Amino acid sequence: MTRRYSKLTISLIAVVLGILVGCLILVITGRNPVNIFIALIRSLTGFSVNNPARGINIMYPLNWLLSSVPIILTGLSVAFAYRTGMFNIGGEGQFIAGSLACATVALLVDLPPVIHPIACILAGGIAGALWAFLPGFLKAFRNINEVVICVMMNYIALYFNDWFVRSFLPIDKLTLARTVAFPETVSLGDLSFGTASQFNYGVIFAILGVIIFWFIMEKTTFGYSLRATGFNSEGSRYAGMKNRRNTVLSMMIAGAFTGVAGAIVIIGSYGYGRIFTAFDNYGFDGISVALVGGSSAGGVLAAGLLFGLMNASETQFQILGIPSEVSDNIQAAIVFFVAIQYGIKIVLDLIGKHRMNKKVKEEVA
Amino acid sequence: MLDLIYEMFPLALTSSVPLIITGLGGVFSERSGVVNIALDGCMQIGGFVAAALLVILDGMGVPGAIWYSILAAIIAGGVFVAIHAFASINMRADQTVSGTALNIFAGGLTITLCEIIFGHKSTTAYSLGAIFPRISIPILSDIPIIGDLFFTNNYPFTYFTYVLAIFAWFMLYKTAFGLRLRSCGEYPQASASMGIKVQRTRWIAVLISGMLSALGGAALVLTTQTYFHGGSINGLGFVAIATMIFGRWHPIGCLFTGMLFGFSQVLGYYTNSLPLLAGIPSQFFSMFPYILTIIVLVLFSGKSFGPKASGEIYDPGKR
Repeated sequence: MTRRYSKLTISLIAVVLGILVGCLILVITGRNPVNIFIALIRSLTGFSVNNPARGINIMYPLNWLLSSVPIILTGLSVAFAYRTGMFNIGGEGQFIAGSLACATVALLVDLPPVIHPIACILAGGIAGALWAFLPGFLKAFRNINEVVICVMMNYIALYFNDWFVRSFLPIDKLTLARTVAFPETVSLGDLSFGTASQFNYGVIFAILGVIIFWFIMEKTTFGYSLRATGFNSEGSRYAGMKNRRNTVLSMMIAGAFTGVAGAIVIIGSYGYGRIFTAFDNYGFDGISVALVGGSSAGGVLAAGLLFGLMNASETQFQILGIPSEVSDNIQAAIVFFVAIQYGIKIVLDLIGKHRMNKKVKEEVA
Repeated sequence: MLDLIYEMFPLALTSSVPLIITGLGGVFSERSGVVNIALDGCMQIGGFVAAALLVILDGMGVPGAIWYSILAAIIAGGVFVAIHAFASINMRADQTVSGTALNIFAGGLTITLCEIIFGHKSTTAYSLGAIFPRISIPILSDIPIIGDLFFTNNYPFTYFTYVLAIFAWFMLYKTAFGLRLRSCGEYPQASASMGIKVQRTRWIAVLISGMLSALGGAALVLTTQTYFHGGSINGLGFVAIATMIFGRWHPIGCLFTGMLFGFSQVLGYYTNSLPLLAGIPSQFFSMFPYILTIIVLVLFSGKSFGPKASGEIYDPGKR
């Protein structure tokens, strides 16, 4: 019998093991793994271990927060669906849908400042929700696996965005690979504190997202019935909960979180409509974040900050001679270790038993 | 018009080869009851190993370097997918989660290795053309129409794919091993009660799927590209999953679906020369396989084409 271990214990063990895997890859390939930690400290605090005289550069922690904002939102998205018993792997498509709707409102609608970006972000959220409707609907009413539909919707979004942007939005004449810049009314403000960071007020939406997630899930009857649906679909239906409606709504709310992330990234970090040629991986990062965060609001916030740190450190990795993809490897390893938590629990049990035996032997002696 | 079709066919078949080979891999895995969403990652590993080894061995002047590269790619795919097998079969991990982890890992690992071996984010280019000549099959190419379409002027990989699909069908539907494998994907507890070793069968199936996907990746990179880079596979592993579903989890269905999807990819390049298609934006041809898969899933829903226990964690204690 395996004992019960808290989600936090499992996640922490997975994170430590994941970083160890990253170090191992570097050792095997002849790089210095200590540089990983130097890079992480730099991104976390702005303090350069190699060059302490430079003092603290606040740009690095700001960039860390900047890269955490979208993946906290996509993490909430995956977590929300997960609590209702669904796996939202469609984040990439919802993200693109969100940024497309955002770009459309930004470029084709005239609104005063402050209201304009909020309208853009709302449009992004609605588009994300609509993009997630089909997987939820087919899951609820046709019992079709949402994973497959989500994956297909991702690629449809990729090509749909390409066609829509080229057909209906004003294209930048120089590059032909993006739209013209957004008007000045579309801005998320400047929170850079005089540094070169792009950090902006988009962070408010991540904080709001965490609060809304927590409130809906833990404090409303709707959230309770969602969790019940995820926990035991037949049982909750017997108890009179509207399972099918819950499934569709949960998927759409999940899509809205990711759509908002798409809008924030495109306004805050690009300032123009994009023609995606590949996925940005924010949606996939959201899966890692939700899994490591145990699909709770606080857990997602913490895990989002952790993976944001990894992503933000990629340039530091590069400077220190580590391939920046190592952060992907660490991330994948962490997700993998969370996935095999059954194994981790067995090992923990063995260690526990070993200690117990030792204790018994000592007492006998 | 007919000339155009004759011109398009070899191209369509070339782009369908990786889809079919990888899709067949998916059939093995899912028929045994393990969802393998890591097909894409396995393709990346296969493509990378084949390309990297080809560059290195070619540089050393080893004769027949291409065959060693392909063999190494297949082995690497098996080793890589073993992680998924271990997690989903022995560790009772959620198969989608474990597969997702492998996909992320493959993307990071291949580029990391590229940087370490070649110093930049891709492999060095290898000479194309010289690797595989286009050939025609002597007797079969004389068959009217079919011979011209399917057996003339193709890469050897294309012919190999036909054989592979038929072999996979034979293995799954005409041998005892295939019957046992499929039973593990339908009702594993019942299989176990008949003395079938469910876990071992699933391990074999997943290993086959990883090796085939890696071969698919190698075929893609070696026939249509000149070097391996981060966008080499470009999500084709997911199209392969679509191929598998549209082919109703059946090897021969997979073969024809792969051709259909390959054809739709190529049609996109020809929109301007076909008056019938002139108005359709090329992006719609790229979307075609994905939309078709959704439609077909809706049509299939309620009917049992797919393996019943696919994606379920096998717990020997559960009855």
